[in-house]
Amino acid sequence: MTGSMPGPAGLLGAAPHGIGEALDLVDGFDDALVHGLARLGEDRAAAPVALAAALAATPLGERAREAAEKIAAGSVAGDHLDALAAARAALLGAVHDALLAELDRALERERAAWEEPHATGEAADPFAGSRSWLHELAITGWRGVGHDLLSASAPVLDALWADPDLRRLAVLLDGLAAELRACSPITTADLVPARRWADLWTRALLLARPGGAAAPPAGEVSGRLLILCADVHEHPTAVQVQVHGVLEEPGGARPRLVRASVSAAKVETITGPAVWQLLGDFPVLLGALAGHVSLEIDGMPMLAGGDLLWREDRARPGEAADPFVTARLALPAALAPPTPPLERHPARIAEPVLLEGYTTSRDGDAVTFHLAGADLPVAVDRLPACGPVTPELVAASSACLGLLRWDGGWSIQPTGVQATVRRKPVTAHTGDWALGPAGVKAAKARAAGSDAVAVLKERAGRLLRS
Amino acid sequence: MSVGFVKFPTMISGSRSTPPSGRVRAPREWRSRKLVIETGAESSARKQRSVVRVVPPVRPRKLAKVPFLELADGRLQGVVSSGSDIRRVYVSSIAAGSHDRSCSTNNNRPCGGLGYGMCKHLQALVKEATVQYGAERVARYLGVELADDDRPGTFPADRLGGRRVSAPAAPVFSRFLHHLAYLDRPAVTAPIPELHWFPATGEARP
Repeated sequence: MTGSMPGPAGLLGAAPHGIGEALDLVDGFDDALVHGLARLGEDRAAAPVALAAALAATPLGERAREAAEKIAAGSVAGDHLDALAAARAALLGAVHDALLAELDRALERERAAWEEPHATGEAADPFAGSRSWLHELAITGWRGVGHDLLSASAPVLDALWADPDLRRLAVLLDGLAAELRACSPITTADLVPARRWADLWTRALLLARPGGAAAPPAGEVSGRLLILCADVHEHPTAVQVQVHGVLEEPGGARPRLVRASVSAAKVETITGPAVWQLLGDFPVLLGALAGHVSLEIDGMPMLAGGDLLWREDRARPGEAADPFVTARLALPAALAPPTPPLERHPARIAEPVLLEGYTTSRDGDAVTFHLAGADLPVAVDRLPACGPVTPELVAASSACLGLLRWDGGWSIQPTGVQATVRRKPVTAHTGDWALGPAGVKAAKARAAGSDAVAVLKERAGRLLRS
Repeated sequence: MSVGFVKFPTMISGSRSTPPSGRVRAPREWRSRKLVIETGAESSARKQRSVVRVVPPVRPRKLAKVPFLELADGRLQGVVSSGSDIRRVYVSSIAAGSHDRSCSTNNNRPCGGLGYGMCKHLQALVKEATVQYGAERVARYLGVELADDDRPGTFPADRLGGRRVSAPAAPVFSRFLHHLAYLDRPAVTAPIPELHWFPATGEARP
């Protein structure tokens, strides 16, 4: 970044005060989950108590303290686990807030305040089965997870997948169960991804409360949506494309950063460029990604956290729009959305940013951007196989559009690059292949299984209904 | 960044020490075998990161011949399309450790080609499993030692011993149908913020 321009270089000093201490408390609790809350020795029983003590001054404090003490005394009930999950989430929420505030300061980004949407009455409770499975996991501990507990997830997952309104929890629990299966049996020699699994467990438990997942739209928006980037998420049975963009509403309102997410269920063998075919219901959105055009939206529902609830019938393609131009002209003044309270976690931070004027270096698989006076690691393992942005292109780039991430430190996930390859300028974005890959590499990609969706659907049609 | 897997050239333990005469031994570093190992820095990363890869990646492959396969229940098992009848499929499996082989239609009619060796369905199963999971992972699961003179990326199916057995086809077939049912689920547009823990990676890059 040059001179006085705001940029992520300002992030790369010491982490905000208190983050290390908060994460130590989280690690202590996560270690207890590795061994199971039913069998905590004296050392480990101190960890939930310490976690709860950190929240003593908050409304959660009393419940968390009681839960931790009960668990230390060897009596574990579902309510206690819920209270400790809430305590862990609150602590990581505070870490998220500190990091995001630091990011906003460095980027000079203004963020809207959270406004709680009006609740729509009592929510149903289809989650009792999920909750008892999650409680059982915590009592047993990751090291104790065996065949019985893994098989017990099957009816829970079937029930969740059957209802599209419960998709969020279905996707989360299916991802967690697949990881537990892949690691089973977990021996004492194996290193357990303790933070990760505790994160997923906590989120699942909070989502599995009545009303935990559903949020009503805050309103409808219209205007011109200028696309910045596409972020692709994938596990064996799900894929999600999250499009970040700047929404310009008519009437001179301040432009704002929004997201549109589309997701589909899938199977493990459909991966790489073939995942776009699973999202064939969204030709307008995918067409805009592939064709670099803006979108005119009209009456699109939006959640309070800046998430559009995408409806193809309320969008139509607009004019050509280069994401780099959008990032240069529209992004700096755009108002960023607040994070919904229950989503606050460092791993949820994905803040669009444009980087220019850096140099790059490459060491094996690792790529680093050298900004004025600071080094920013590139999250190369977040460059998806479904798009043309490769570590090689990133290392050769001179401008990079991406998402700032935090996982123990800041990194940049490139979503679009301008590079020079063999003295020719090249531009590539993650969403470029949304309507099918183009070029020589693409032909290879098709040969390597892009027909997977069609083949499996044909088999499904024949066998499921015969 | 947040990589749970460490790539390094190594051998699966116990490989033959002397190559058979007359064959050139490939340098170890050509083999690019992947193992899950932990060094000091990696181990703390694995414990204290939110985003690490836990499920080993699979490579995309053509699905027409073998629409479904898995390493599960102590077997490499899968569903293989019949070469002659488009409505028929075979359920084929190889047991880990014993390497006992089974192949029958989904209605439990034994495969005519399964004698003392491998039928063409089992051959196709092994070949596609090698594409999907890599030879090393298949070998590790089945308890087969890869030798230094095996061609990199291939699985020595001809060295499998084992008897011909008749494993039940119904459970595998029902898992296949369960697997296919995912593709019948409707797409949704409500955001799933938890998927930030599951970034799409470059491992399936063509």
